[in-house]
Amino acid sequence: MYYNNFALETRRELLIKLSKLLANNQLVEEIERIPIEMRPRKKQPIRCCVHKDRAVLKYKLMAILGYNIDDEEDELTPLSEYARQSLKREEFTDTILTVVDEACSACVKVSYTVTNLCRGCEGRPCKMNCPKGAIQMINGQAHIDSDKCVNCGLCQKACPYHAIVYMPVPCEEACPVGAITKDDEGIEHIDKDKCINCGKCITACPFGAVVEKSHLVQIHNSLKSETPNVAVVAPAVVGQFKSNPVNIFEAIKRLGFDEVIEAAEGADITVANETHELVERLEEGHQFMTSSCCPAYTALVDKHIEGLKPMVSDTHSPMIYAAEIAKKKYPNAKVTFVGPCIAKKFEGFHAKDIDYVLNFEELGAYLIANDIEIADCTDGELNDNITGEARGFAASGGVTKAIDAVTGDIFNPLVIDGIDKKSIAMLKAYSRKAPANNFIEIMSCEGGCVGGPCVLNNPKVAKRQVDNFSKGK
Amino acid sequence: MEKKIEIKLCIGTLCYVMGGAELQLIQEDLPLEFRDKVKIVTSTCLNHCYKHKDKKPPFVEVNGELIAGANSIKIINHIKQKYSDVL
Repeated sequence: MYYNNFALETRRELLIKLSKLLANNQLVEEIERIPIEMRPRKKQPIRCCVHKDRAVLKYKLMAILGYNIDDEEDELTPLSEYARQSLKREEFTDTILTVVDEACSACVKVSYTVTNLCRGCEGRPCKMNCPKGAIQMINGQAHIDSDKCVNCGLCQKACPYHAIVYMPVPCEEACPVGAITKDDEGIEHIDKDKCINCGKCITACPFGAVVEKSHLVQIHNSLKSETPNVAVVAPAVVGQFKSNPVNIFEAIKRLGFDEVIEAAEGADITVANETHELVERLEEGHQFMTSSCCPAYTALVDKHIEGLKPMVSDTHSPMIYAAEIAKKKYPNAKVTFVGPCIAKKFEGFHAKDIDYVLNFEELGAYLIANDIEIADCTDGELNDNITGEARGFAASGGVTKAIDAVTGDIFNPLVIDGIDKKSIAMLKAYSRKAPANNFIEIMSCEGGCVGGPCVLNNPKVAKRQVDNFSKGK
Repeated sequence: MEKKIEIKLCIGTLCYVMGGAELQLIQEDLPLEFRDKVKIVTSTCLNHCYKHKDKKPPFVEVNGELIAGANSIKIINHIKQKYSDVL
């Protein structure tokens, strides 16, 4: 879920400052100044001291430059060196998320804990109701033995003083697949073999310790070179700024793209193929098929629900079809996908027609750095051949609506809005026993792409704007 | 009828990205007694980001008076203090 906090503000400030240096051609010379500017000596530090705060920013910038924090070989390597290397860099890896160990506060692993509000009462319902005998009285207060505690939460419910609290580890709690865990020091690490790049840990961590690696530097380089550049833009973009869709597409174009293609153009192809595929599969006797356009969902199936693999549609995502269109028109172009999604960086890495992926926060920062006011970008044009249904893909249920418009009565869909532990259990059950429905649409983010981890606008407002555009308003 | 207090939200790209997007929902946060006393308008870039490099976005004007680093609570407190006579 999206809400404002200072960690998010820090991330955006870093993106804006780095983009400005890129735009002014001062990246290598000036990047070391960013942590000092943002955490000046006179200001109250967030952590123990300004130096720690600055170190955290240094490593966050390293990630934005495109590096894994684990890649650091020598602690003395300055940001300017990473910047210099990043400017020359062509190749990426498919590791998208990296944990800034300096920023990770190593949250305590104990889940239930007794606070000082405990009065050591005679009733001691916590102790009496604990099924594991994990509670002892020490110095007149209850104490939970973490070795015995199984986190059932009965003591918390039983305490009349609300003295027992549940302390979550936010990133672990948010991760639907158990991919983020602590090392011996308590610092979190992401297991690449389990991670589906849904980005829920990024949003959850109040220390902003999980950072998404960025392609900003390489995209900037490409836009400044002779190579043609095409942007493929996710339909969710329409909800991201308080402006006309025409202005938004034109603003992106003014960053230096030769053409901006709506991913919705690819969505029309996705709908046609997926509908065809569904009808064919049902005729062949398949009981159901699932959507395939959400890359976090397809990764979930690949890595965690083996049995569901045959049910996932083979149809490509709108991004892939739109990128094909782009490469057909400009064979030598670099194609950048612009979207609200982290998992698309993974999908894009493995797609032959996608070169870079830019998320909406990075887009916002880059627009700011290039002094582009969306309100001024009035002279754009829209592609009139795209259907409203395709433009509605950005909201949960969009894919379903689009297929429904074509198939009609044989269609019996189910929409799973958001991947979490509960919906994963449900999907696992469906892999063993087919549901009553013959189509399942799954979106990793609640609300669909408008609720993505890198969105700029409140998902409710964004959905309204996307709906209006899809209805031609 | 007396003139309403005007809350002008800057939705220039910088202000918007740094929190202005969320400010669009300020209507929902306003105390009841404010409801028919204030009006919320949006504006393209108000140029405060160029004029006040030392101040933080998002920028908001309340009857022309600048609030930097604005959020709903800051704006509401400002109005409560400044316009207690009309509320």
